[in-house]
Amino acid sequence: MKLRRLKYQSALLFLTGLVAATMVSCGGIQNSINPAGPQAQKISSLWWLMFYVCAAVFMAVMISLFVAIAKRTSHSSLQPLLNPLLDGERRRRNAVISAAVLTVVIMFVFLIVSFSVGRSLTAELSNKNALTIEVTGHQWWWEARYLDPSASNIFATANEIHIPVGVPITFSLRSTDVVHSFWVPNLMGKKDLIPGKINTIWLQADKPGVYRGQCAEYCGLQHAHMALWIVAESTDQFNAWRQNAEQTSVSPITDSQKHGQEVFLASACVMCHAINGTPAGSNIGPNLTHIGSRNTIAAGTLPNTREHLAHWIINSQDIKPGNKMPENNLSQADLEPLLDYLQSLK
Amino acid sequence: MRQSNIRSLVERRPRKGSSARIVLIVFCLCGLMSCKREQRTFQQPPSTFKTYELTLSDIQPGSPPPAPSLNNPAEDRAYEVNEGKRLFTQYNCSGCHFNGGGGIGPALMDELWVYGDKPENIYATIIEGRPNGMPSFRHKIPDNQVRQIVAYVRSMSGQLRKDVAPSRSDDMNSRRSEQRTERKTPQESGLPPSAQRP
Repeated sequence: MKLRRLKYQSALLFLTGLVAATMVSCGGIQNSINPAGPQAQKISSLWWLMFYVCAAVFMAVMISLFVAIAKRTSHSSLQPLLNPLLDGERRRRNAVISAAVLTVVIMFVFLIVSFSVGRSLTAELSNKNALTIEVTGHQWWWEARYLDPSASNIFATANEIHIPVGVPITFSLRSTDVVHSFWVPNLMGKKDLIPGKINTIWLQADKPGVYRGQCAEYCGLQHAHMALWIVAESTDQFNAWRQNAEQTSVSPITDSQKHGQEVFLASACVMCHAINGTPAGSNIGPNLTHIGSRNTIAAGTLPNTREHLAHWIINSQDIKPGNKMPENNLSQADLEPLLDYLQSLK
Repeated sequence: MRQSNIRSLVERRPRKGSSARIVLIVFCLCGLMSCKREQRTFQQPPSTFKTYELTLSDIQPGSPPPAPSLNNPAEDRAYEVNEGKRLFTQYNCSGCHFNGGGGIGPALMDELWVYGDKPENIYATIIEGRPNGMPSFRHKIPDNQVRQIVAYVRSMSGQLRKDVAPSRSDDMNSRRSEQRTERKTPQESGLPPSAQRP
């Protein structure tokens, strides 16, 4: 009696946990069933359709299983069942056949719905070019170039992509090393970035917010630390951000910042990173023209604070082993000004 | 009848088992071979190279010091040689040396060396620069990356072990891979006229 109550209680606890987990998964900034755009809405509806139908089938199977157990015939009466002409046997055979037919029909409905949703996600791609952003996958970070008809308005940033709300944005996807996959679940499905090939998708955010994206194709050691952020904001906010992003970097003001710039230009930083408006123009690593305004560093791995930036510069291999940023043996007298300078690049 | 059949089966079993055992042993040996795997270290050990100071005279007071014994740890690790290959393009070495065939700068895949073929010579060439074109990368490339580039440069003329040298390029191959390059015997080529002091 006691044991049975214990079993009952643990089952109840498990069910409550399951329901709670399901409720939690309905929110979130990296969740395909918390859609924030028209395409994600379609994917989400498809997901829920499949969920409800599969849940109904599962319940039906479980109920018939329990009914079968409850109505089980005793061992002695098994013998006559071997006669296939018996009424009960025919009924069972019909049930199995109709269940099989129903399964095939359900799968076909899923196939057709899934196919049409997949088609509609990429339909009319050429009309959806209110803004084109070129996203390049690198081991292990994202480069984003905002294209513009006038070349002086083109600018590059990394790992943090601002977009205006309510407008379709075209993403032109490419890769420089291995295959990556661009996936922001709240906005759109996945699309691979393939070296030597350009893939295109469009997406649209209807709700302002910050959505997390993640590389969805295993791409090496730090695949798990290859995140990006889509910041969807109102058109005014976006235009203000864009206007700032198009500018060249701010000039250093204080003596410390000036020394920091000298350190940057005289050390290994300049071999890989660009700061527009200075002689630093390499495009191997992320563009640092407005590094001070970004929220995270190292492709969403760490918040952009002074301590984390210092740790990353001195010994990035400690944080993301295998990444392409080398160790830098900077003295304290050089590091502090460098941090002052980098943080001033808003 | 049936019993004798069973007995024959039982008697035959050891012979069948022995061949299975051999296969098993071979498999285990194959497994053991995979135990020796290159260790990839991300924290770089301190350099055994020292940064050379440029001197304008070869004459020294007293007898010359014995040549320091140096080895480049990057030359034993395939990963680091591959990193050197990546950096060779990204740091634009290929801008002058092209894919090793030379053009603006000397060829690196042949047997001729102007400033020496030893790792420390190539290291010094990268760090110090050379007259008429080779820039000095001092303070610009971290020490461990210079060692990687040195290892890669030596792999171009087949100086490295075959299991360490890069096996193929990501792009279209413009020449044989470093792994398939035959080992060339380094020779001093002497200074080209363009590099001689007036």
